[in-house]
Amino acid sequence: MTETQHILHKSWQLKSAEREVKKVSAEVLKTLEDHDFGEDMVFAVHLSLEEAFVNAIKHGNHGDPRKKILVECLITPEKIDISITDEGFGFDPHGVPDPRCNGNLYKSCGRGVLLIQSYMDVVEYNGRGNCVHMVKYRNGEKIPTPEKKCS
Amino acid sequence: MGKINPNLSLEFRGPVVIAALTDEKILDEDQLQGLEGSFLPLIEQTPQIQLIIDFSNVKFLTSSVLGLLIRISKRVSEADGTLRLCSIGPKILDVFRITRLDKIFEIMSDVDDAMVGLKK
Repeated sequence: MTETQHILHKSWQLKSAEREVKKVSAEVLKTLEDHDFGEDMVFAVHLSLEEAFVNAIKHGNHGDPRKKILVECLITPEKIDISITDEGFGFDPHGVPDPRCNGNLYKSCGRGVLLIQSYMDVVEYNGRGNCVHMVKYRNGEKIPTPEKKCS
Repeated sequence: MGKINPNLSLEFRGPVVIAALTDEKILDEDQLQGLEGSFLPLIEQTPQIQLIIDFSNVKFLTSSVLGLLIRISKRVSEADGTLRLCSIGPKILDVFRITRLDKIFEIMSDVDDAMVGLKK
């Protein structure tokens, strides 16, 4: 059995502030670039990381500066695997309104979850809903945009 | 061509205002507040504004920028103005397509294309 080669395996415990995500993105994106993961993948990971981190601050920790956000990242030659955990009570990802429907199109927020689902190959939440786990494969085919769900 | 904040460059072609976003990446709360603080007074002070936002320099943005564009669009509409976006690169255009915002914004290929049909 061969051992999986880890290019980067690291975790960060960060404050609930938007600028904090730069500590992660600077290292993660440079690692992806240095290992030729390609511009599209770097863009997808950057966008998903930013959106998930902002969701953890605003909807998870409700901007409470005393609460932390844990980011865990594993990069292998084949994929990047990121988990973001906040200290909130969690949410039901299926209960998020589809921002593409009717009046939602004109709302100024609520697009982060859709973008993460569109750009990452795997997106899953823990039972409590306070941890998002995202995977993007180097050679993964871009998944189609999630089907529109309007009531 | 004049700058009203470090993230925005303005050009006036007759009554048309061309606002070029100067940053490659727009993701900071400070950048967004700076842009909002520049755009909203500009719209309020220019009756029936014809505004073109030029994305030539922009290589990365988050959904917060889309939210800002929606707020700008509402203000322009309330002022009986016209808003067009132009020169959006393929990666950013994908973000508009995924969120279906390409259906509600007038997106043109470049500034010259965006000028067509505006009052001069």
